[in-house]
Amino acid sequence: MNIVVCAKVVPLSSVTIRIDPATRRMVRKDVSQELDPQAAKAVEEALRLTEKHGGSVTVVVMGGEDATIGIRGALAMGATAAIHLSDPALAGSDALGTAKALAAAIRKAPFDLVMCATESSDSYTGLVPGQLAQLLGVPPLTFATSVTVEGRTVTIKRQSEGGYDVVSAELPLLVTVTTGINEPRYPTLKGIMGAKKKEIKRYTAAELGLGPAEVGESGAREKVLTVGRPPARPAGTIIQDDGEGGKKIAAFLADLKLI
Amino acid sequence: MDFELTDDQKRIRRAAREFAEGELGDAIAPYDERQTFPHEIVKKLGPLGFLGVLVPDEYGGAGLDYVSYALIVEELCRGDASVGITMWAHNSLCTNHITVFGSEAQKRRYLPRLASGDVLGAWGLTEAGSGSDAAALRTRAEWRDGEWVLNGSKAFITNASVGGLAVVLARTDPEQRSRSISAFILERGTPGFRAGQPYRKLGLHASDTAELILEDARVPAAGLLGERGMGFVHALQVLEGGRIAMAAMGVGIAEAALGQSVKYMNQRTAFGRTLAEFNGLQGMIAEVAAEVEVARLLTLRAAYLKDTGRPARHAAAMAKLFASETAMKAASKAVQIHGGAGYITEFPVERIFRDAKLTEIGEGTSEIQRLVIAREILQLS
Repeated sequence: MNIVVCAKVVPLSSVTIRIDPATRRMVRKDVSQELDPQAAKAVEEALRLTEKHGGSVTVVVMGGEDATIGIRGALAMGATAAIHLSDPALAGSDALGTAKALAAAIRKAPFDLVMCATESSDSYTGLVPGQLAQLLGVPPLTFATSVTVEGRTVTIKRQSEGGYDVVSAELPLLVTVTTGINEPRYPTLKGIMGAKKKEIKRYTAAELGLGPAEVGESGAREKVLTVGRPPARPAGTIIQDDGEGGKKIAAFLADLKLI
Repeated sequence: MDFELTDDQKRIRRAAREFAEGELGDAIAPYDERQTFPHEIVKKLGPLGFLGVLVPDEYGGAGLDYVSYALIVEELCRGDASVGITMWAHNSLCTNHITVFGSEAQKRRYLPRLASGDVLGAWGLTEAGSGSDAAALRTRAEWRDGEWVLNGSKAFITNASVGGLAVVLARTDPEQRSRSISAFILERGTPGFRAGQPYRKLGLHASDTAELILEDARVPAAGLLGERGMGFVHALQVLEGGRIAMAAMGVGIAEAALGQSVKYMNQRTAFGRTLAEFNGLQGMIAEVAAEVEVARLLTLRAAYLKDTGRPARHAAAMAKLFASETAMKAASKAVQIHGGAGYITEFPVERIFRDAKLTEIGEGTSEIQRLVIAREILQLS
């Protein structure tokens, strides 16, 4: 089974993210990067499936040169190979442009299963997997909390508000995984050293057959107009206990219809 | 001059940090409190490669350099020094003695089991009456009926009761002084060879330390490690690497203490301000941070000398001396910054303080390090 995992490389979770006011994009230059912890869960699930059923795991990442550290991270976990889409012509792509680039790269080799995180942990649009499934012409099974494969049938438990639905479809298809699906393995020292020897294929936008009308800033039909801070929370109410404190708190909660 | 770590070294440090942050720290506190060995957690080290860091690939190890090794030891000890010392005593002492001085047959027989973590290794030089003083070493090995018979005991041995294998130093030629000590490999289960009751210690409660007792313990000829009579000479070389590891442990403990201090100073308020805003406490933090940086640079330089095949004895002694005293100082300041909270077991600095003291004692006390450094500078033999 050939599994392709679409992964993103994002600023380390300990980094405070800055937004460039001119481009309204996240500043990624000189910021320590890592394999998106959400994507790591997709990589982990893919590795577990190939450990059970055989096959390969190829990781596809779109991002600048410094994304290499995250790509090596996925290879150190055990991924077989990686594809890096790094080209200034791709910078500024919107979700659909990203999906087009990923789809073009995935189509270059036969695949059975495409796996993605439900959403990335830096921009959280959650749009790419659905668009990607459409472009690849495969069914998407989303919000998986578990994935099992029997023959050509993939069955997932889809997380829902009250529990889960059991959904299945035939390969080829796309699965998005939830945060709770697994605990990704730590890379081994041998894995880290071995990752250097694994192949990272690189494609430019032109090699993917994509032009400025489809990808990059010029191809983006979705524009970020402003970036702002969440509204400050209103100040809380302080009740001084003058002997009637309990009653006042009860009245306050009753006003909110909480009691 | 290049102060930049290689990409591999950065990735390895990050992997060790991820493991330490995910698996050590507060998770070890209950073991420390009960003074029990965290088998469940130590078991995770082998598959990740942390128990064969310096062992060549062909014997199942990761085959890494000393700089990478020092970074791993620092990160694990920053997470928890008990697990850290369990790991590096296994790597630097027992395993490395066999890696560097073992015969091909010994390396094939023992290294894969050590590197995978199937067995933990212990290393016995110190005795109740002798440490760095080789002349006072009393454990004896006599050649009787085609095998070595060992008698004596080794004191303060890390991994003594949890280990499956030990390298032990014993006197093989009572008359000769300089070339009279040899090294032996002893497997658990060898008749006459056992560990004593684990000691109750000031710190490092989640590590295993006990006596190794030899009562007519029989070792076949193949168990002699290195040439007969060269044991102490080889042991000093093994200790050179051990001192780099102990220095890295000091850096890790100091970094942990500093991290706790920073966290607490930003949280705790007094007189309407956070502790971070008080000048006197800022001074403590600045001083400790600078010394941690010096300790780390000395440690990595000693590791670098070792990697480039140059004499590292002097640099390792300096690194070990400075890093261990920095660990103690950082821990002491951390307790002081925490005030009453630092003196109780609820906060990690109490444990860090107890753990730090060992770094000034093991692998040659601070006094021995000063002796080694002074002898080199004064060119005394």
